[in-house]
Formats: sequence, C-alpha cells, structure tokens
Amino acid sequence: MSLRRTPFFEHHRAAGGRLIDFGGWELPVQYTGIIEEHKQVRSSVGLFDVSHMGEVFLRGPGAVDAVRHLVTNNVNIPNGHAQYTAMCHPHGGIVDDLIVYRLADDEVLICVNAANREKDHAWIRDNNPDANVAVIDESDDWAQIAVQGRNAESVLNAITDVDLSLVPSFGVVRGSVAGVGGCILARTGYTGEDGFEVFLPNSGADAVWPAVMAAGAEFGIQPIGLGARDTLRLEAKLMLYGNDINDETTPLEAGLGWVTKFDKPSFIGKEALAKQKEEGLTRRLVCLVVEKRIARPHCPILADGEVVGEVTSGTKSPTVEANIALGYVPRRFARPGTRLQVDIRGRMAEAEVVKPPFYKRPY
Amino acid sequence: MSYPADLKYTKSHEWIRLEGPVVTVGVSWFAQDSMGDVVHVELPEVGDEVNAGQPACEIESVKAVSDVYSPVSGEVVEVNEALEDAPEEVNGAPYQGGWLFKVKIGPTLALDDMLSAEEYKAHCG
Repeated sequence: MSLRRTPFFEHHRAAGGRLIDFGGWELPVQYTGIIEEHKQVRSSVGLFDVSHMGEVFLRGPGAVDAVRHLVTNNVNIPNGHAQYTAMCHPHGGIVDDLIVYRLADDEVLICVNAANREKDHAWIRDNNPDANVAVIDESDDWAQIAVQGRNAESVLNAITDVDLSLVPSFGVVRGSVAGVGGCILARTGYTGEDGFEVFLPNSGADAVWPAVMAAGAEFGIQPIGLGARDTLRLEAKLMLYGNDINDETTPLEAGLGWVTKFDKPSFIGKEALAKQKEEGLTRRLVCLVVEKRIARPHCPILADGEVVGEVTSGTKSPTVEANIALGYVPRRFARPGTRLQVDIRGRMAEAEVVKPPFYKRPY
Repeated sequence: MSYPADLKYTKSHEWIRLEGPVVTVGVSWFAQDSMGDVVHVELPEVGDEVNAGQPACEIESVKAVSDVYSPVSGEVVEVNEALEDAPEEVNGAPYQGGWLFKVKIGPTLALDDMLSAEEYKAHCG
C-alpha cells in the first residue's frame, strides 16, 4: 500500500524534511533536528503540517445536543468556541480524545486523531442520537496547519483578514489566510504554547505554506516535524492516543476528569464512569522524572521490586533537561514525590512521581 | 556526509580505527544522521569483554534507542567518558570526539567482514 501524502508534501521535501511512514502517512519526522525544532517553538514560533488529522462535521439543528451525547464534556460554550473532550465507550474506555469546534447552533466540527479517523467516523455515525443531524467525514477535503509559539499570533495576523488578537484561547473564527477563503482558525494546539490551528481547503495549501513561512521569517520560523511535536506535547502532558490513552483506559484514570461532566443528563459511558468514580480508581496516569536513562513505552514500572505499572510515553525533555515519562500506576503510588523504579531493558532506573505538567508556558 | 578512508566499517554502521593492538569503535555519519539528536550514550565499562557482532553499548536519540554492536572481540580498555556530558559529539564529530570505546584485541583480527570506506558508502546507498 502506498503512503498517503498531505497537500504540503512538496514543501516538506523542498525543506529537507526526513520523511517517514507515520500511520500510513508520509510525513516529516524532522527537518533540522528535533531539539532545535522543539526549542524554536518554545522560544518563538514553528509551523506544523497536521493535515493527517481528521475532520468530521455534524450538521443539523440538533448538532450540539448530538455532540453532548457523544462526548464526555458539556459543549457549554458559545458559537465560535472550541472544547477539549474525550469520547467514550459505554464501558468508559476512550474511543478518542478530540477537540470539538462549535461553529454554529447547527454545525460542529470534530477534529479527530489521524489513526482513529475511520473508527471515529463510524462511531459518531452509529451513535448519533438524532436522525436529522448529518455526520460527514470531510477529512479528504481539508488541509490543516498548526502555527505554535508565542509569536504565532503576530505571524498569522499578517496574512489573515481577521484580527486574531481578538480571538481568545479556544476561540474559533472563519476567515481567509494568504488569500485563501473558507479557512477555520482556532486558538488551539498540541504543544503547550499559545498558537493556532488552521483548517484550510486542500486547494489553498500551496498558497498558505510559503505565506506563513514568509510572515514568520522575522521570528525565525521553521517547519516542525513529528519528532518535536511529540516532545512538545509530552512536556505539556498532552495525551497521545494509542500510547497514553486507548479503548481500555478511562478519562478518570488518565487525569481527564476535568473534561468529564457528570452533571449532564446523559452521555455515552456516563454510568460506567460514575461507577468508577464512586468505587475509586485503581490506577492513575502519572508524570515521572527518570534518572540517567530514558524510559520508553511499555517499560515496566516497579515499586519495592514489584511491577506495578507500565510507561506509556517517554523522552528526554529538551526544555527541562530531564528524562520525562508518563505511565499508569496504582493510585497509592500516584502522589507526587513517590519514589519508583523503571525497568529499562533489564536495568533499573530510579524515578519520581512529579506534579503535572512538566512544562507550563511562562506567559 | 563523510566516510574517512583510513577507517573500516560494518554493515551495522559502526567504524573501527586500528592502532596497534587497540581498536577504537564509533558509529558512522550515516548512523548518527539516521538516529537524529543523540541525548545519552550508555557506554560499556572498562574491563568488560565484548564480542564481535554482539551489542556493547546503547545510543539514545530523542526518538529511540539503538544498540551498537562491537565489530571486534576483546577487552574494553577505555571508554569516552566525555560523552556523558556531551553526547551530541556523536552527531557533531562521529569519527573524532564522538568515539565510543576502545577494545584490546587478540593477536588475530579478522577484518574480512569489514567494509572499506568505498564499500560502506555503496552499502548505505
């Protein structure tokens, strides 16, 4: 099977991106180097191609209520706002984590993880409670970029017809970018920085990419690959579906209780999650700082010589210069300051549970 | 990219420099480029016995961990301790400051399986 390419593919090639197979997509893991790209985003601004993400639209007068039934969060936001949420199975496991964009009373955009696109579309379609709400997977029609970092607003404001200084965090507006109409701009991201994610028609890709690069030149903008995307999100303790959360983990275990709203009349998974909350969690996703070596996914976590859990993500943090990891442990080991060990390919490394996140932006 | 002619290479992307009975081992330009930013090197210890074709050391990049296979058998007589504070030398100077460890070899050393710079370059495509 040949790899899928985004509309920005030639721009990655021209910029010297190192292309890899990422879940069936041919995408750049890095351009100049993961650490340099990471620091560029933390200190100024970077440009990401995230076109592999999926876009599912719900349209119809009952669209907002349909989404309320499907996801754990409440969508109690005005039109023109977005909200992070989980979407769960009846047993409480996470189908996906996603951002819902309330575009109008009768139109909600759900941005889903690339690897879950087909699963999510089918799930949303099959569990849509309102026959008058249409569920449309428009992933093939949309390209998506993320402009992330403290200078993101300045960069995009130079090439858009809307005033982004008026858009609050998680605000959403429609507008044109580099003359390309019909874009959706949202103050969201996956890096822990301020920034925007922009949905644009595929046909606009060749106009938008060079325009962002040119507008960002004074801030030293660079294209950023998937490698730095992963280290940036991990420092900010943002979930990676398939690593940190999956069909068998619940939002409560993952620390996503804040997007799980039990005061809603109903949503898929509510009963199971309410029961879990009442009975108490058996495990929690914790932040770990590991001494000397880097813990990788599936490394066993031990307490007093006994395996108690497993690492789900791990890297060396370029910002805090420590080996950081996420992993599930029984709740009694989840308190910050708890000393644990990680079995890294047969040898033990000392680890300590720390308060999340590893990085919080200073502005 | 560079492959010094005075070194021998393995298909698994290590290089050796032969100086009397002691062989210096490192990884090639191709290897460090493929791994990306190196952030930690888990070196063997002086006195360890290493065996040709067996893992002797680990290199961690941001993305992944890679085994380094010792191209020769013998006793580790020196390791590049500077890499503990400056693992990025493996990227910046893979044939100089980024060397990994030195092995004292026996009287006979089979270099038959080792590649010349030209052969190695062809191997990397």
